[in-house]
Amino acid sequence: MDITIPVLILAIPLFMFLFLGLLGMKMSHKLAGTLGTLGMGTVLVLSYYTAFTYWFSGAPEFIEGTTRLQYTVFNQTWLQFTPALAIKLGFLLDPISALMLIVIPTISFMVHVYSLGYMHGEKGFQRYYAFLSLFSFSMLGLVVATNIFQMYIFWELVGASSFLLIGFFYTLPSAVSACKKAFIVTRFADLGFLIGILILSFYTGHLDFLPMTQDPQGVFASFGGATFMGASVLTWALVLIFTGGMGKSAMLPLHIWLPDAMEGPTPVSALIHAATMVVAGVYLVARLFPLYMLEDAALNFITVVGALTAFYAAVVACTQIDIKRILAFSTISQIAFMMVSLGVASKNGEAIHEGLGYMASMFHLFTHAMFKALLFLGAGSLIHAVHSNNYTAMGGLRKYMPITHITFLIGCLAIAGIPPFAGFFSKDEILTACYANSTFWGVWMTVVAGMTAFYMFRMYFLIFWWENPDYEARVKEQEAHGHHASMPHESPIAMTFPLIFLAAVATVCGFTPFGELVTYDGHEYHIHLDWTVAGTSIVVAVVAILFAASLYLKKNDKPTRMADSCRWLWTAALRRFYWDEIYLFITRRIIFDGICKPIAWFDRHIIDGTMNGLAYVTNAASGAIKGFQSGKVQMYIWWYLIGAVLLALISAACIL
Amino acid sequence: MFSNILIYFVVIPLVMLLGLFLCRDIKQIRAVAVTGSVALTALSVWLLIDYLGLRAAGNDAPMLYLGSWEWFAPLNIHLAVGVDGISIAMLLLTGVIMITGSFASWEIPQPKEFFLWLILLSTGVYGFFISIDLFTMFMFYEVALIPMYLLIGVWGSGNKNYSAMKLTLMLMGGSAFLMLGLIGIFYHSAPEGQPLTWNILEIVDNNSISVGWQKFLFPMTFVGFGVLGAMFPFHTWSPDGHASAPTAVSMLHAGVLMKLGGYGCFRVAIYLMPQAAHELAWIFIILTGISVVYGAFSACVQNDLKYINAYSSVSHCGLVLFAILMLNTTAMTGAIMQMLSHGLMTALFFALIGMIYGRTHTRDIREMGGMMQILPYLSVCYVIAGMASLGLPGLSGFVAEMTIFVGSFQHTDMFHRVFVIVACSSIVTTAVYILRVVGKLLYGPVYDQHHLSLTDAKWWERLSTATLIVCVAGIGCFPNFFADLIKFTFSPQIFSVLGLH
Repeated sequence: MDITIPVLILAIPLFMFLFLGLLGMKMSHKLAGTLGTLGMGTVLVLSYYTAFTYWFSGAPEFIEGTTRLQYTVFNQTWLQFTPALAIKLGFLLDPISALMLIVIPTISFMVHVYSLGYMHGEKGFQRYYAFLSLFSFSMLGLVVATNIFQMYIFWELVGASSFLLIGFFYTLPSAVSACKKAFIVTRFADLGFLIGILILSFYTGHLDFLPMTQDPQGVFASFGGATFMGASVLTWALVLIFTGGMGKSAMLPLHIWLPDAMEGPTPVSALIHAATMVVAGVYLVARLFPLYMLEDAALNFITVVGALTAFYAAVVACTQIDIKRILAFSTISQIAFMMVSLGVASKNGEAIHEGLGYMASMFHLFTHAMFKALLFLGAGSLIHAVHSNNYTAMGGLRKYMPITHITFLIGCLAIAGIPPFAGFFSKDEILTACYANSTFWGVWMTVVAGMTAFYMFRMYFLIFWWENPDYEARVKEQEAHGHHASMPHESPIAMTFPLIFLAAVATVCGFTPFGELVTYDGHEYHIHLDWTVAGTSIVVAVVAILFAASLYLKKNDKPTRMADSCRWLWTAALRRFYWDEIYLFITRRIIFDGICKPIAWFDRHIIDGTMNGLAYVTNAASGAIKGFQSGKVQMYIWWYLIGAVLLALISAACIL
Repeated sequence: MFSNILIYFVVIPLVMLLGLFLCRDIKQIRAVAVTGSVALTALSVWLLIDYLGLRAAGNDAPMLYLGSWEWFAPLNIHLAVGVDGISIAMLLLTGVIMITGSFASWEIPQPKEFFLWLILLSTGVYGFFISIDLFTMFMFYEVALIPMYLLIGVWGSGNKNYSAMKLTLMLMGGSAFLMLGLIGIFYHSAPEGQPLTWNILEIVDNNSISVGWQKFLFPMTFVGFGVLGAMFPFHTWSPDGHASAPTAVSMLHAGVLMKLGGYGCFRVAIYLMPQAAHELAWIFIILTGISVVYGAFSACVQNDLKYINAYSSVSHCGLVLFAILMLNTTAMTGAIMQMLSHGLMTALFFALIGMIYGRTHTRDIREMGGMMQILPYLSVCYVIAGMASLGLPGLSGFVAEMTIFVGSFQHTDMFHRVFVIVACSSIVTTAVYILRVVGKLLYGPVYDQHHLSLTDAKWWERLSTATLIVCVAGIGCFPNFFADLIKFTFSPQIFSVLGLH
């Protein structure tokens, strides 16, 4: 395959970032936005071309019989550490990177278009587009990585662009603390990732993905059965690498940054914090899946973390007020589904059901990206209309915003797993994979799936049905305060077009013959619905939706009474089970007050005190003896005589 | 003598000094300072190209452009010069910092005297990096240190007399150790019956320092240079010294002078006494490991921008010494890259802090906020410098740190492993203190309404910061060029003694 197109896929967004970043301030908003969008549109076309060539051209470098191959388009040494270890920058084309080449540009392009409307007139509009390009560049670089260190490089870059975009409204203190939190929490996770890379590379002797994943037994052998604290070193390395994924993908207990990250502009939440960057952790595990298959302990760890996170986030999502926060917890829960799916995909080194879990995880990644981006962009449209993030300011909006309403409903149906919408197919595969591993995980995840349907429709009904607040009165009140205000209205075409497009995708993309395109070993896999699982999950989802409808369709006091009946649980869930307070305690009380301040005190008073003490002693000593140098000749003669007499006495004593 | 290109690194500054005496107004002084430092940088670039050409042609001597002129025959003292990839990297760094430092002190009061001392200081630095005779090396080292006292004492701010005195005395204390170590090396520099020598290359060839003596002399020289490299617990001159120093002096001091410490530790302590280095490394690994974490944690609670940066320097320079002690090519390459990287980014930090301080007249982050709205150019530069410091890929900090970590991880024993992981953890702490400053100083609402009238960077300030950013990004984007330049230098002979690679 020619390398021009892959190079352009990476180079265009990078160029756009530098161009808009350096010269953007001299351009009009319109020009900068158009340029950014056009750049992303080009990338969209090029990466679709690349991905479709990979899947459908049938070229011998991409497919052999029915087995899809991993193809390195280019691989350039960037930094040579030792003769064996080197960071290489390259472009790897295989089923999952081709999948991401579809997902990232699609969502990114939609967000570029949407932002033309949503961010209209914002200060720093050009900077916003520059950052979007930087993010797209980093994310594309991450997914096509040929080398684990290349992945780490772009991993850090997506973290930085996420930081910049969350902190886009940098004058707001809440945005500032959110972006700091996001960066530091993920950095902490990356420390684990880095140490994992160091361990892995030390034993395997290289950093490239292909030699590792194509010969997992060789990797296993290179560790030579080394153990540390009761677990094999390979398990440690894999778990540490997964820690990096836990940070980026907001798994418990490193999830705390994601809800706060909603301080960023809503399209950014759709792109980074729903569809692309947050699934990087899933992608990382999928990329190294042949290695994870070697160590059941690591996979079980992933399953448990994922299952707990999925449940936790679903519970919290049932109580939140801020619609973006609900979507954020929903994202956490859905990513956890993907994690669990990877975790249950293999046992004792054998893929279960031909690696169904792996396929399902990637499938869900794909469909989730589409419907979650849709939901976020829909939420953006709502926020744009009512100028509030809370559902308490909404209600009955179906009449005012028909397009947003229908598309949002499609998104909710998709995530709830109602056929024929996309989420049904992928979630059903995940549940099948869970049941194939153990009934326990199957039931667990089915319950979480039911909760998903419930909280999504709780939100849907509260926004679009429930009670119709007196919008006219509110407008009058705001105008009385001198604010510009208007009735809720449908958003401009730049915003509704992406909604309609993504809704269409979310409706049909479940019918993708996904098993033929993406599997863990490149072999084709024929999806067949397991109707016992599918039937159960549909029934669960429908019941959950009806339950939500019974509570939230019309204004009533049932929800309040329910909340009152278990007030402590409700409050705990509303406060997200106090994770933030725990972290605040650890950082403020233990790290800042318990480590940093004592160290700074020690430095000022003990170390520096010793130095000053030495200087003081020297000074004092010279003060004490300077009297001898009085300059008085009589004194000198006295000292001279005393000395002479003493010497004479000593010599006399010696001689005698 | 004047046919050797290296000698011009000392001659040009001396000519600049003469030129300064003839200057009558500030414009001429600026012209001399800028022209001279540009000439020096151009010379180092030319040297770099020529050096790479010679290496490509297959010249694999440990040092090139050798020259030696007798200076004091009874003690066999020579002015001996020679460079390898590391020295050239350092010469380039010095040149860049000199240029940007000159721009950063565009409006300094008493410019003639200021530049006089600054150029004298740079003479010492250049002389140090080209010398391979221990005695002249030491002499240039002292030439670089003394002007610092006056530069801080006269042009400094805050508690400047105390700081100047403290800095000078502590560094002199280090020099005392160093002197002892160097004389000790001299007296064991050759086998019985052969003339003693100060020349580094000859000492290496003779290889006649017994292991027992090495064990005595290695700590002397390592601590002696380590004081300048801000090694725990001899680092306390750094926060006070940097806080009081004027901008260009902070830049030059943190950017270049602290590198003298790391360079000396490598070139003298480890190069000449590898066995002792191998046996005693653990002591200093503990101390430098502490430096790395300790500096980072201390930086988290400082409120003065310069203190934050000074403690950050303790952490980053600790990593340099830490990596040197790992005694393998990869980690040492990383150490030199970290020296380059830290030199550039810390100079950038100090330049920016100086520019902000010059406008707001405070360096306390509690008294500032929202600078991004008022001084967008400087703030963006500050964010970039911060990103370089916390190791964002594409900027220089990342490649240096990763090379160090990968190199250090090649040691298999638990002791090294633990300390490498401890050192790695600094990437998190660094993020904390950098983002704390970004959040308080640059982001957020404007704290002081008087700051709203401040003006953004002038052209010379833009030039100075942009140059440094380009250099930082250059190393970060094309690290292999620098890695290759440095790596060749680690002649196998040092490590073959130890069976290391």
